[in-house]
Amino acid sequence: MIKLDAKIPEGQMADKWTNYIDHAKLVNPSNKRKLDVIIVGTGLAGAAAAASMAEMGYEVKNFCYQDSPRRAHSIAAQGGINAAKNYPNDGDSVYRLFYDTVKGGDYRAREANVYRLAEVSNSIIDQCVAQGIPFAREYGGLLDNRSFGGAQVSRTFYARGQTGQQLLLGAYSALSRQVKTGKVKLYTRRDMLDIVKIDGRARGIIVRNLVTGEIEKHSGHAVVLATGGYGNVFYLSTNAMGSNGSPAWQAYKRGAAFANPCFVQIHPTCIPVHGDFQSKLTLMSESLRNDGRIWVPKNKEDSIKIQKGEMKPIDISEDNRDYYLERRYPAFGNLVPRDVASRAAKERCDAGFGVGNTGLAVYLDFSEAIGRLGKSVVEARYGNLFQMYEKIVDDNPYETPMMIYPAIHYTMGGLWVDYNLMTTVPGLYALGEANFSDHGANRLGASALMQGLADGYFVIPYTIADYLSDQIHVPRFTGDEPEFVQVEKEVKDRMNKLMNIKGSQSVDSFHKRLGHIMWENVGMGRNTDGLNTALTEIPKLREEFWRDVRITGNIEEYNPELEKAGRVADFLELGELMARDALNRNESCGGHFREESQTEEGEAKRNDEDFAYVAAWEYKGDDVEPELHKEHLNFEAIELVQRNYK
Amino acid sequence: MDLTLKIWRQANAQAKGKMVDYKVTNISPDSSFFEMLDMLNQELIEKGEDPVAFDHDCREGICGTCSLYINGRPHGPDSGITTCQLHMRKFKNGDTISIEPWRAKAFPIIKDLIVNRGGFDEIIQAGGYVSIKTGGVPDANAIAIPKYDADMAMDAASCIGCGACVATCKNASAMLFVAAKVAQFAYLPQGKVEAKQRVQRMVATMDELGFGNCSNTYACEQECPKEISVSNIAKMNREFLSAKLCGQKDEA
Repeated sequence: MIKLDAKIPEGQMADKWTNYIDHAKLVNPSNKRKLDVIIVGTGLAGAAAAASMAEMGYEVKNFCYQDSPRRAHSIAAQGGINAAKNYPNDGDSVYRLFYDTVKGGDYRAREANVYRLAEVSNSIIDQCVAQGIPFAREYGGLLDNRSFGGAQVSRTFYARGQTGQQLLLGAYSALSRQVKTGKVKLYTRRDMLDIVKIDGRARGIIVRNLVTGEIEKHSGHAVVLATGGYGNVFYLSTNAMGSNGSPAWQAYKRGAAFANPCFVQIHPTCIPVHGDFQSKLTLMSESLRNDGRIWVPKNKEDSIKIQKGEMKPIDISEDNRDYYLERRYPAFGNLVPRDVASRAAKERCDAGFGVGNTGLAVYLDFSEAIGRLGKSVVEARYGNLFQMYEKIVDDNPYETPMMIYPAIHYTMGGLWVDYNLMTTVPGLYALGEANFSDHGANRLGASALMQGLADGYFVIPYTIADYLSDQIHVPRFTGDEPEFVQVEKEVKDRMNKLMNIKGSQSVDSFHKRLGHIMWENVGMGRNTDGLNTALTEIPKLREEFWRDVRITGNIEEYNPELEKAGRVADFLELGELMARDALNRNESCGGHFREESQTEEGEAKRNDEDFAYVAAWEYKGDDVEPELHKEHLNFEAIELVQRNYK
Repeated sequence: MDLTLKIWRQANAQAKGKMVDYKVTNISPDSSFFEMLDMLNQELIEKGEDPVAFDHDCREGICGTCSLYINGRPHGPDSGITTCQLHMRKFKNGDTISIEPWRAKAFPIIKDLIVNRGGFDEIIQAGGYVSIKTGGVPDANAIAIPKYDADMAMDAASCIGCGACVATCKNASAMLFVAAKVAQFAYLPQGKVEAKQRVQRMVATMDELGFGNCSNTYACEQECPKEISVSNIAKMNREFLSAKLCGQKDEA
């Protein structure tokens, strides 16, 4: 039975982290050499943590499924990274960054963690510049900032449209330096398949070498998961093809509580789905909404003609266009937050006003901006995005409006962690997107990079010492202890079971069907009926999967079908927990919109009285309902108000 | 669209490989090249055959995982993009398309179209960093950097480490990859104190790993999906010469 204890330090909000550091336990340098730390994942959080802890003297083993740590999906982040530097002198502060993040998350994040995030944000920028990351600069040679959704100040640092790439390459370079010194042992092309506990503590992992198919046992005094989010449960998302929820899911099944699984971010400006064969959705930077105007036809007949290809958007006169965001939200217009913009697009398309051959798209129109600013200004601002759009869609956005539609982008939910970033399993930590702690029910733009690096560079190196200081007398594990042998056997049995099904349907076909159930019922708008449908359909599909999936090839070889099968098997369980969590949370907050909980005008209605808590689910067995634990959120520094963008 | 594919099949590193013909039909011109291969693999799985293994991950041109040599060109016939950004509308109905892995001694084949590019990681490990630890660094605005230099560093830093430069080079040289990292730091004040060791170590590692030399054909720049300029190679050569001329020994 899990007992949630967030371990929030005493004191005023602004003093908590300083107090924590002042009194935290330490491990002396000669003892650090005796301690092994396993880190899974080499994205911003994983690479930063591995490099930092190796520099401090721990022996680190770092794992990734990609062929190189540099390819982790943090690399795809475009926009930027927030920090409270206040370089533009526009009134920013640590408190304001903290406040914006808690409010942006619709008051479902833990205040103390968010405050610490805002507090260390400035050190991240210093660190990255010292590493030689080529951030954008002004002519005076100092760093440039830009504004981003959900904030009234300019606090976003950026490196062209490739900020995630540059930050990841910075962390990768620090990691590479430690690999050279021998303090980090790097294991690429490895899938983490399970966690090994000894006497209740996390002591190692079981991985599969994706090249040889060999199952390997790796041991350590602590295990850190920095394995990203689970957006691919929807099949189509902006995540990389290999992004998966399996490490977090295995942790859950070994006793780590899973928090707020239903909190998923749906990004409004993605390129629409174009066919059944589609494998992946592409994000277009949110900055497009600064100048683009979003609309659909006012008359359904026009929409139908456009869907059939009998009419073009330029044939529709100004009077017959519905700029629905400007109509519904005159104060914020096209710049409402991501969740609001996404739902409004879905509402129009569901009502039959969508465009494109599927009817699942809306226009993002730059003709007004081109008229006002001139084509050259628009090109300077968005040229690379327009080019990317044209490569994919084969349409020129300078002449005809872009088509966009919302897509799954980020998961705010994840493994429950305390202030130390430790899960409910002693010695097991979760960082970055893999944990739940900082973004509440909705993440603001440019905050994912901030959290990944904060956790990796500046939080876990301190907080893990608090645990490891007790472990200095624990001798190194060999990986041959009976607990390792037992879990290894379970992993092999599961793999054999999968291979022996020899059914008739491919792994991808199951993944697509799961994605469809999730998108229809646990997507942008959720209601009791839909969620109950998901709760019936997913177990049925899971049963069919375990009866009829076909996996080609063998275990002892490079076998991408087997890799995917393991991940999809986990998604088929995780999806059900998401639906269960969404059903339990009968309120609308952030990215989670319950149709039963809305105002008369159709806006989200939060219910602080009944739902100001973190829903942390405990695994109770394969055929047993999980148990819900509640961590009540106390707001000391910020007053709760209903978000309003009218 | 209906197409004939000639694909390199090789069961593992030790096995002997060969080109195998496949037919695909009813391909939408709007699908991506990988979605076309996904459909081929779906058919192969249904027939109980081994699907074609190829590297891919982000499918939006930034992770650098994908690596196909299509009709004799890395990342295919379009320029300035990776294979995952290539769309079938660049081909014609009835075309025959040959698909091979990267070919270079330093990139051994793992299976089918997948190669091992671990050599790139080793080159970075040899010196592709500023030797600082986490924490204890100056304020980010303590160092002013001319915008021009920052932009040039960013141009070089946009390398995604895909290996197209090596694959297209008749010498299988990694000069553009190494130069992109060396030049990024050469434009910036950070890490200047170790510039001479950096370039020597990275070049020495590149040579040890069996990458070839540069003979100035500029094919690398032509095929680079991020259009990284060969002027970075000139920049690296200057760094290298100056390190040698100064007679600075690598002491660490």
